Amino acid sequence: MLEVRDLFKTYENKPLLRGISFSVSKGETVCLLGASGSGKSTLLRMIAGLEFPESGQFLFNKIDLAQTPPHIRDFGLVFQDYGLFPHLDIFNNVAFGLKMKILESNSSLFGMSRQQAVGLQSRVTEMLELVNLQGFEKRKVTDLSGGEQQRVALARALAPQPRLLMFDEPLGALDKSLKDDLLNQIRTILHKTKIPAIYVTHDQDEAFTIADRILLLHDGEIIRDGTPDEVWTNPNSASAARMLGMGNVIEGMVISANKVKTEVGTLTLNCKHKHSKNEKVSLLLKQSPSPSGRGVRGEVEIKLKVEDVLFKQNQFEVKARGAALSGEAVSKGGLVIHLKDAPKIGQIIRVKVQVECLA
Amino acid sequence: MQTNSLNHGDTETRRNFFLRAFASPWFFHVLLWLAPILFLLSYFFLPLSKILILAFNTSALTKANFQLILPIVSFTFYQAALSTILTFILGIPSAILFSRFNFRGKPLLRALTAVPFMLPTVVVASSFNALFGNHGLFSFMQSISSSFILHPSSFSLILTAHVFYNTTIVIRIVGNALSRLDPKLEQSARSLGADTFHVWKNVTLPLLRPSLLAAALLVFMFDFTSFGVILLLGGSNFSTLEVEIYLRVLKLPNLPLAALLSIVQLIFTLIFSILYTRIISQVTAQTNPRFSASRPPKTPRERAFVFTLYALLITFFLLPLASLPIRSLTRLEADRGQRGEVQYGFTTDYYEELFINRRGSLFYVPPIQAARNSLGYASLTVLLSLALGYPAAYALAKPTRLEKFLDPLVMMPLGASAVMLGLGFIFSFGRALASPFFVPIAHTLVALPFVIRTLQPALASIPERLRQAAATLGASPFRVWQTVDFPILSRATLSAATFAFTVSLGEFGATLLLTRPEYPTIPIAIQRFLSQPGGLNFGQAMAMATLLMLLATLAILVIEKLRLSDSGEF
Repeated sequence: MLEVRDLFKTYENKPLLRGISFSVSKGETVCLLGASGSGKSTLLRMIAGLEFPESGQFLFNKIDLAQTPPHIRDFGLVFQDYGLFPHLDIFNNVAFGLKMKILESNSSLFGMSRQQAVGLQSRVTEMLELVNLQGFEKRKVTDLSGGEQQRVALARALAPQPRLLMFDEPLGALDKSLKDDLLNQIRTILHKTKIPAIYVTHDQDEAFTIADRILLLHDGEIIRDGTPDEVWTNPNSASAARMLGMGNVIEGMVISANKVKTEVGTLTLNCKHKHSKNEKVSLLLKQSPSPSGRGVRGEVEIKLKVEDVLFKQNQFEVKARGAALSGEAVSKGGLVIHLKDAPKIGQIIRVKVQVECLA
Repeated sequence: MQTNSLNHGDTETRRNFFLRAFASPWFFHVLLWLAPILFLLSYFFLPLSKILILAFNTSALTKANFQLILPIVSFTFYQAALSTILTFILGIPSAILFSRFNFRGKPLLRALTAVPFMLPTVVVASSFNALFGNHGLFSFMQSISSSFILHPSSFSLILTAHVFYNTTIVIRIVGNALSRLDPKLEQSARSLGADTFHVWKNVTLPLLRPSLLAAALLVFMFDFTSFGVILLLGGSNFSTLEVEIYLRVLKLPNLPLAALLSIVQLIFTLIFSILYTRIISQVTAQTNPRFSASRPPKTPRERAFVFTLYALLITFFLLPLASLPIRSLTRLEADRGQRGEVQYGFTTDYYEELFINRRGSLFYVPPIQAARNSLGYASLTVLLSLALGYPAAYALAKPTRLEKFLDPLVMMPLGASAVMLGLGFIFSFGRALASPFFVPIAHTLVALPFVIRTLQPALASIPERLRQAAATLGASPFRVWQTVDFPILSRATLSAATFAFTVSLGEFGATLLLTRPEYPTIPIAIQRFLSQPGGLNFGQAMAMATLLMLLATLAILVIEKLRLSDSGEF
């Protein structure tokens, strides 16, 4: 339905988005995951028509949106800080979009027919029920809690039956328990209404919970596009793996067909693509689920020197550095592994890990 | 022994009682309030009561008087309403310009629009005279080129001067509200299907309504009570309440009528102030300091808007201000005693003339004496208003129940017009007014509310912790004041002093009624020069007004500098 093509945008003369392309199909929830300041919100505002890219295209149902002003696009928008109208009560906030539609369709400038008024009333009631806020019509915006305000914002965006819903960090201002609640509510509503949605967040848990598809935005580019499962099992690049905080990413140098020299030792691996000699590769080290587990494919033993040990309830978090090389090619932040028993600081330990090739 | 010890205990408790009474906030606050309240009682409330008594006398409440008052009131409303509308026509686009767009020279342009508001009325009136008056630069250009046709009426000059004065209020109040408006609200509305018009009508306008009302009311209030501008640009042809009070005191004496007029005026300003405080509380309740949505203009339409308004504002605000010093240095008259061609060129005659005591001139002293008088009055005003303002501000900074009641009383002189203060003095002190000290007293009444409002937040901002810390480190109460309070207060004090100084320098209404002929101030001298025929008198008025403008500008710079470094530090 929505297609974004080759989008470029600068912010204060620095490139913000560099060639973004993706599409959202019917009933699909696409989640855009990126750090704050990565241009996610700008991207949303451009889709809404509130800002303009330097170059690139937006198509909806194959129709270019360049000439469509925001109020005709029918794209709903939900902000992090709600953006509710403080001068209107809850009813009139939710009814706002509907009223605009009626004004647009009415030939007369003034008022609406009785029938339209009744329709408006029932639609608002229906929307408030959908977000579990029945009976809130006459309340003031400022009297509601953050979670309630966000649900009103959701009802307001849903009321005029938008062709696309966009969420800009909708749960960013809420605390944890409210977050989970509302996230599930949004998920249910999106599934029920089948409205395609773009959900922008920097919170990985949120993204993986709600998304049908995840786009990772890094340095102005989409570095990974796939279902949550695909993205998690195969991040495909070092920066994606780092962004998702998947574990230890280390660099190594290819020394022969399938041998890589790294700080934790020389590893054997079978990458999909062939690497030439002396090429640098990034590897993702995933600790095996059970430290003593046997027969897991691709599992190798690495050597580490313990630098710090932290007690974490049922296990120990161990910070360590590769012990195979000295000085060169040592990873920046060190490695973090989890052990049942606490090693001594300075001790050399051997740990079994799975090694994955990152492009 | 026993009785002795009893006695001893008795004196002890008695001493304790006095100590406690002295240390109790109540007693201390009463002490603080003693001088300011006495001052206000004798120089504000007593004169006010005299006016009230005279106004509600049978000689004032006559049918003839009411028939006189009605057209005056309606003309006052008419000119104020018209001025307010015109001010909004320029002010709203300017507010949008300053809140929505970034462009080169923005802070400077903003400062330029604010300058007139801080200048004395006589300076503004003189500037307009320098540009549009009978001896002004425009009429001169007309005389050398017949194609140049622009002869504004006095009334349009008054309106223009009001716009010149008050546009900055609209820019400040409405512009602030605009830049504090959450851009997401408009974005939400647009994504919900509202076009530009409906966004304005349904979202922006309702949210701005309190600020618009507050700005309109404030501008209206200033136009309603405007005195110097109307008197100096319109002469006595334009009878607003203020001007009529002055006329009924000095030109066509009818003191009961003057008293009645000032009560009518006071009632209106009271109503406006009450409305204003109500609305402004809504404005502050709504404001949201998080947003600043200004950006460079992008589309050609935005660029055209910014450029046009920029040029318009520069012209409108710079032209009168610049023409005053220019006119004061330009000869634009026939040679003395000759009825020939108008001579023109550069001259410093007008300034030199200020130092000469001519026979048959308007003064018994060289005109420059007026500057000395002004400086003397201003210094006295500073001393007096600080001496009275400090204890009041100290008490208000830590309010007890007493302050809730006293605070509005202290601010009341703000609601009374300057002319009315002068009138009250005349009723109350009669012959004693021969003493020149009543002028700085009247100036102090005008300046005191400002001084208190400047000192009070600074005093309240000093955390008690700091004083306690200093005390536990061994500082005596005086040392505490010297090491903690004073450094923090010195800036506020300087700011308040400059305020009082500027108020006194520029004060026109009360001075006009109170001043002795032999002790003119700068504004009075300007008024006298302007009311006399002849190019030399006009030129001297220009020279004098230029001096006043320089002094006032200097003071504004000091205040702004203090405020800027203030916000930088805290």
